[in-house]
Amino acid sequence: MKTEQFVASLVTDRAWSVRPLGRSVSRAVLAGALVSLVIFALEFGPRVDLAAAFATWRFDAKLALVLSALVAASAACLAMARPVITVRWRWAVLPVLLIAAAALGAELAVVPAGTWETRLVGSNALVCLTAIPLFALAPLAALLLTLRHAAPASPTLAGAACGALAAAAAAVIYAFHCFDDSPLFVFTWYSSAAIPVILLGAVVGRRLLRW
Amino acid sequence: MRAARKGDDEAYRRLLLRVATWLRAVASRGLAAAGRPNADCEDIVQETLLAMHLKRDTWDETQPLQPWLRAIARHKLVDHLRRRGFTDHVDIDDHSDTLAAPASAEEGSALDARQMLASLPERQRRIVEGISIEGQSARDVGVRMGMSEGAVRVTLHRALRALAEVYRRDRT
Repeated sequence: MKTEQFVASLVTDRAWSVRPLGRSVSRAVLAGALVSLVIFALEFGPRVDLAAAFATWRFDAKLALVLSALVAASAACLAMARPVITVRWRWAVLPVLLIAAAALGAELAVVPAGTWETRLVGSNALVCLTAIPLFALAPLAALLLTLRHAAPASPTLAGAACGALAAAAAAVIYAFHCFDDSPLFVFTWYSSAAIPVILLGAVVGRRLLRW
Repeated sequence: MRAARKGDDEAYRRLLLRVATWLRAVASRGLAAAGRPNADCEDIVQETLLAMHLKRDTWDETQPLQPWLRAIARHKLVDHLRRRGFTDHVDIDDHSDTLAAPASAEEGSALDARQMLASLPERQRRIVEGISIEGQSARDVGVRMGMSEGAVRVTLHRALRALAEVYRRDRT
């Protein structure tokens, strides 16, 4: 079969709609998060004082932090899914750092130094360390399957970015259950909980995302 | 590529043919640099075109097309050489400045491509052959095989994805 002949098949296939990468990635996150929401509803449930929590700055800062992390991780994941990695996604990390710095600064300023450690350790770090990876599993699987259709410059990095995005989505869900709102706690434990997910994504991605 | 995305078959065909010419030069020099026979050249060209086609949604429209093409070409060339046990660094940048690289004749045999087709299920193989080798339209193939044009297109798409998978896995 000559290449010129082969091209005819590709041209005929052109009309086959290719879904933009951004849309398939958000679909994967939504589908995975839906599964995690079911687990959340059955096993965890929202915190009882959710309505009151919205009125506190710590809870709002926590939400802002996880949502900005979700945006940053989405940008990273989309960048890593392509054969040529552009560095624009790094700008999306800036808000995360700014919000984290502001929230940490405010917390350290308003609470006495003696209580820093109690606030850092919190009351349910272990739950946080299990729930976030658990909620991340379904989004991670959906993302990795989606990125099989992409062409990542580095399968390992792309897998890690999938892990980060899945962990960010999981953190958003978990934030509604977690009682520990101190930025000290959120910053420490939420990011620790993301590490195993990122590593898992990198390991699986390395094998699964080759093309 | 932009025109092709909007729905211009002819623009897409011209783009693919131009890219094929460029790829042929790149693959041929890559093979020569690695001390491999040029026989695989056409094979690499077709595999790369296929990857480009199936993964065309990974091109970001706000970015120039050439670096994207070059990245895919490099990836596929390195991949091909690695499967043949060649591990050295491959640099295609020296000779890939422009798409209008000199057109060399289609030398390499595309024997492998035919073997690849043989590994597809019967229906998929006949559709690819009908459209590619016999130059029929999806509608003609459908009439001949008693399928709707839509069904032919669906099967063609599956065949192309299967073909990419065969390229990736089965070659040693």
